[in-house]
Amino acid sequence: MKMNLLAILKVAVRALNRNKLRTALTMLGIIIGVGAVIALVSIGQGAQAMIQDQINGMGTNMMFIMPGNVFFGGASLGAGAASTLTEEDVEAMVKEIPTIAAASPIVRASGQLVFGNQNWFVQIQGANANFPLIRNWKVDQGDFFTDVDVRSADRVIVLGKTVADKLFPGIDPIGQMIRVRNLPFRVIAVLAAKGQSMVGQDQDDTAVVPYTTVQKKLLGQQIPSINQAMISSISQQASAVTEKQVSELLRQRHKIQPGQTDDFMVRNMTDVAQTSAQITTLMTVLLGSIAAISLIVGGIGIMNIMLVSVTERTREIGIRMAVGARPNYIRLQFLTESLVLSLVGGFVGVLIGGTLASLVSRVLGWPTLVSALSVLISFAFATAIGIFFGYYPAHKAAALDPIEALRYE
Amino acid sequence: MSSHVETDPHPPLRGDLSQEEKQERDRVIRLERIHKIYHMGDIEVHALRGVSLEISRGEFVAIMGPSGSGKSTMMNIIGCLDHPTRGQYFLEGADVSKVNKAGLADIRNKSIGFVFQSFNLVPRTSAVENVELPLIYAGVPAAERTRRARAALAEVGLAERERSMPNQLSGGQQQRVALARSLVNNPALILADEPTGALDTRTSIEVMEIFQRLNRERNLTVILVTHEPDIAQYANRIIQFRDGRIRRDFAVENRKHAGEVLTQLPPETDDDDEDEFVSHS
Repeated sequence: MKMNLLAILKVAVRALNRNKLRTALTMLGIIIGVGAVIALVSIGQGAQAMIQDQINGMGTNMMFIMPGNVFFGGASLGAGAASTLTEEDVEAMVKEIPTIAAASPIVRASGQLVFGNQNWFVQIQGANANFPLIRNWKVDQGDFFTDVDVRSADRVIVLGKTVADKLFPGIDPIGQMIRVRNLPFRVIAVLAAKGQSMVGQDQDDTAVVPYTTVQKKLLGQQIPSINQAMISSISQQASAVTEKQVSELLRQRHKIQPGQTDDFMVRNMTDVAQTSAQITTLMTVLLGSIAAISLIVGGIGIMNIMLVSVTERTREIGIRMAVGARPNYIRLQFLTESLVLSLVGGFVGVLIGGTLASLVSRVLGWPTLVSALSVLISFAFATAIGIFFGYYPAHKAAALDPIEALRYE
Repeated sequence: MSSHVETDPHPPLRGDLSQEEKQERDRVIRLERIHKIYHMGDIEVHALRGVSLEISRGEFVAIMGPSGSGKSTMMNIIGCLDHPTRGQYFLEGADVSKVNKAGLADIRNKSIGFVFQSFNLVPRTSAVENVELPLIYAGVPAAERTRRARAALAEVGLAERERSMPNQLSGGQQQRVALARSLVNNPALILADEPTGALDTRTSIEVMEIFQRLNRERNLTVILVTHEPDIAQYANRIIQFRDGRIRRDFAVENRKHAGEVLTQLPPETDDDDEDEFVSHS
């Protein structure tokens, strides 16, 4: 049978137009449902994007290796545990584990930084030249120190943005000499601003010097030791393998017998980040599901109104059947009507949901992200609901007996 | 359905049709021992008890009988709205007694025009769009639909009211729209169920005048169900039903001609347009 789709659409639109208030109220159910899905999923995805940003900012696929078993250690591991990690361990890791992209020993010190009449107390990190790579941290001005500086334990210092601003208000810090624990250091670079960490710490309130300089010049160690090691693996997928190989290598190097507890600890930052990413994903799904429930309620509204419409128009259906409308045609007619309801409702819902999301980000300052995917999914959902909840009333209309329908008052 | 659309329901009888085929096509309706049994709970209602009947092209038949005589059931079966329980129904030579719902819809669309007592126009839909309805289901393109619907409206004298909604038309005008709709797809027969039941005398005769004219000029087969003996007199054959059987089947002797009757009626000041808003039922 030739289906005259335009004629069907025309009849559907006219029927919906006839009861404007009823149509609007029915659509409202879908509008609210789709709007809620879009708005809530946008908020959830915005949070996810923010966390992903922080993961990337923290350093690509970074891991810390700390000496001693801080959390699980018994008394027997106590005192000596802190110095079990050595520079040689770090070198061995780089040499033997192919999934490690870069590694650096970390030696910490703190001290007062003085320039002219300005001074600032800061946690100083000693690292090697791989620091910017591992932490995924760009250098804003100047150049980061090199392996040569590390080997010769030069007194050069790289400042975090906060420190640079405090010590050098309005002055170019590059090339200036400052005093750290009364030793002169030359400022060779300033790191790009990184902002707050996930726990709200100002990451820019820091200074980086070669770790050898910390060991020899700042701490004056007789036997050089390191506080921890920082490594980055070649990819996020490889980080689990890297972690395992680091453990194996260190157990072997530290001659730990099977069954004995590690004298070190690997802290995989990607894991931490992934956990929080999972939490926000879960939150997004949860919010989306709650919104989807309201969409289903909207669908029930459509079904309800379509059933009323079929009953009201029983006689019209009878007339159409008498003049030659096949049951399929009647079915299509009513399905089209419920589809128009849900699609127009879905369209308005997307607009309202998007507006709501941008309002939330402007007023509350939450990041939101209206993705094409969430729009597409809402539309698909609205269409599915139109068909699903429209099918039964349409089927009921198509199954009418023309004789009965013509007689219906 | 598309294959049916282009087919003229009354192709000129060509020489290559056999005599038998010609006869078969001209026998618009042939019923063979039609039974219809309704089940109402445990009770069986025997509405038709073996009806056999033939109606030829160009006949104007009135079906009469008291309520419960089976004439409505007969009408539903002839109109392809219902299946007979037993027996065979040939419409223009084709057996339609076992055709499925969709097939029956196509047959109604192509071969049968309906006119009802209560007009049965689609509400809030203009006259011309009501007339177009069968053409939509026949898959006729929009422009041609409108052209044919206008022509049909002109044929029943309503050309100037094509934009009117059913509730803006008088009963007589509504019935004429229904008539235009019934003939717009060139059916083999028009089935009219008490078409004058809701109309006053003058309007009834006016409607009968249109039926007679279509029957005469287009050789259209008309089947009229009525319980008014007056109205039945406009037909050329009357079939009386009683208890599910045909009781009498006879030719009308002094057939009335609506055109003449109208001229004899006292002139009326009222015209159609003044009795607007006549209710449907």
